[in-house]
Amino acid sequence: MNEDRSTVRRETASLVSRSRREFLRDAAGLVAGGALVQGSPFIRAETVRKKRKVVVVTFGGGARDQETFAPEGQENIPHMLGEMAPQSSFFTHVTNQGILGHYVATASLATGVYETLNNFASVAPEHPTIFEYFRKELRRPSSDAWVVAPSNGFHRIGESEVRGFGPGQGARVILPKRLLGLANSGGTADLEHLLHDNYETPLYTPALAGGEIELQQLEAILKLSVGDFSSHARTLSSPDELSLYIAKRLMREEAPSLLWITMHDIDVAHSGAYSLYIEGIRRTDRLCAELWKTIETEPEYAGNTTMFVLPDFGRDSDFDAGGNGFQHHRTGDAASRTTWMMVLGAGTRRGVVYDTPIQSIDLVPSIGAMMGFSPSQSSGKLIRDLV
Amino acid sequence: MLPGDLKAESFAGYPPQARAIAVEHVEALRRLPIAFAPSLLRELIDYDYKFPIERSTIEKELRALNALSDAQRHEWFGGFESISLSPSLENFNWVNLPAQFVEQEAAYLWSTHQLDAFRKAAKDYGDRLNQLAKPESRKQRRLGIAVVGGGVATYKEPLFRILRKHGTYFTNVSTKDAFKSIVDLVERRAEADPIPYAHWYVDGGRLHPHSEHITSVSYEALAPVRDSLLKRMQSEINRPGMGPEELRTVLARLNPADLGIGADLDPVLSRFQLKLFSEGSGTQIYSTTFAQWATREVLRRAQANTLLVRYAPRQRQRPMNELLAGGRSEAELDPVGSLVDAEMGAYYHWINQQRLPESDRSGFVAWFEGHGEAIAIGPTMPRGTESNSAIGLQELLSLDSA
Repeated sequence: MNEDRSTVRRETASLVSRSRREFLRDAAGLVAGGALVQGSPFIRAETVRKKRKVVVVTFGGGARDQETFAPEGQENIPHMLGEMAPQSSFFTHVTNQGILGHYVATASLATGVYETLNNFASVAPEHPTIFEYFRKELRRPSSDAWVVAPSNGFHRIGESEVRGFGPGQGARVILPKRLLGLANSGGTADLEHLLHDNYETPLYTPALAGGEIELQQLEAILKLSVGDFSSHARTLSSPDELSLYIAKRLMREEAPSLLWITMHDIDVAHSGAYSLYIEGIRRTDRLCAELWKTIETEPEYAGNTTMFVLPDFGRDSDFDAGGNGFQHHRTGDAASRTTWMMVLGAGTRRGVVYDTPIQSIDLVPSIGAMMGFSPSQSSGKLIRDLV
Repeated sequence: MLPGDLKAESFAGYPPQARAIAVEHVEALRRLPIAFAPSLLRELIDYDYKFPIERSTIEKELRALNALSDAQRHEWFGGFESISLSPSLENFNWVNLPAQFVEQEAAYLWSTHQLDAFRKAAKDYGDRLNQLAKPESRKQRRLGIAVVGGGVATYKEPLFRILRKHGTYFTNVSTKDAFKSIVDLVERRAEADPIPYAHWYVDGGRLHPHSEHITSVSYEALAPVRDSLLKRMQSEINRPGMGPEELRTVLARLNPADLGIGADLDPVLSRFQLKLFSEGSGTQIYSTTFAQWATREVLRRAQANTLLVRYAPRQRQRPMNELLAGGRSEAELDPVGSLVDAEMGAYYHWINQQRLPESDRSGFVAWFEGHGEAIAIGPTMPRGTESNSAIGLQELLSLDSA
């Protein structure tokens, strides 16, 4: 019976991914990856590894096919579809077999292991992160790996506590909303709403100690005064726009080789307002395209950067009685576990669709192969179509 | 404690009717696996506050469990018996706090990759129960009515896109006295078949006058309850050591009186109102979410025979730059965003209605309030068609509820 259920799930997920592929082929003129037989573009890339940069964007928190790459969702992602997909290798069938909470799922993406930590606890990933492998094996400084994350709950995403890796050896983490809160402490009470940590538990914000050091980072690293930061924030409409602003400053001032940005506006879906969920998707679509344009124009990044865009997971199907459709990601059904991944830039084939099933934990070993490090404790597999 | 250790005294803390039922069926409960028993007790402990059809369902389930042979029991619960739980879960006070146990069990199942196995066991169990259930023919066909888009003067996007393939899309519906005619119809149905909690009216704004035969809830009338809950949540969050899971535990323990819901109100309805806010996500903030979630719960729990839902404009979400600019303004409304919310809400209304018995006989109408567009779905309505003929809403409803 378990076998039957697995088969049904595989078939459902396969149908989902197939509909994406057919749609992309029609809408963006992409070709199926199975038809390509030439070797990986990364094989000839050994000599440029030292300059290789990778930017990972989680298209979050959680979006379904029917609001993105399925035919009825196309109107919500005009930038990704029209501008980015034709340049990208698109993987239609990415599954997340882990826990569908944003922090734990992002930690799983970053370690290449399905983490089982408490989604709402202030804990480090249980396995070494991609940032630790990267820095340790390639002997990179802390300034070369950064995470831009939306909420206080992500402040420990940059490094594990694993012996041989751990504190001081991972990525530096910047929390733009927290910076905004610090910069505006004593300001308007209305800001409380904006600073709420996540939409799953909308009134809960874990407290973090410190603050002064982080504000000093604004000046020392981002070359940005608190006043300028606050002023610019007043021109932005959402936390993810703020994250992009900070990411662009980081790219300009620090030019990290490994930059990880977690988007989160879409997760407003937990409030149950469908229009806000759609707004979040449209905004994230626009921000991804803006980030790609930045990559293409920043001298340190242009021509040598590979960008990955993938949701951390999907959201519940309309038809699972245990859920409430788009609002949450609690059922563990195929819609909530099956996502996609777009890869574009240096070393990738343009305009190709792959429907080979891959898992979200395959990201870390694949990036490792691109950049020249070995994530020894990851349980993911190399994405052969990519590397 | 394991289910085999259950005794009549174990249920001393239950409300009176729940206790009596539990004691009556203690032998059946003793034979259940630990991975399943608290899920049943979570329903049972609230027996005194359940709708009649829910009570009947619990009684039938317990009778079915009593009647199982050992071999059948093994067949029904083999999937649950293969689930392993932690000692801390087994030692949890799951008899008196079954809802909290189920929350913690869910987290444990996720973290140990047993969720799929649990979901399958639960689905198989539900299918077996459904096979035993004898369909009870209803006097009336079930009817759902969603009224969307109040406050929207013009809207150029195509409406009811997802629903159109399931029914007939009308573009020339007369709006004269339309809402009143809907309420009149619901009243007539309630009077013709006066089953308690079978005929409902949910309003995302203020309730329109209606007969006492209709059970109703509204976002506006429950404003004091919402405010009280939000204040309580804020106060709990500020306590040291409080986290999301602890907060959920606190909310699960709330009684209607804790939020100022009057003791003079029907205890079943007052508990239902409480749960709309303590279990719903976003229901405290957005009226459209309240209306959609209330719809889901009315159908899932009360299995309403008639359900009228009227969506009203929700408050607008203020963007970051406005929040940073400071200054509190009166809550502005977002009619167009609310229409988009409500359109999806209407779709979920129909899906949830289709999950109930005799769905092939049921009818559903969604109407763009104040405008000529409506979608009607039912056995007599051609699918995927459009009608530009002039029709009154009353006539449309009578076509779909006959």
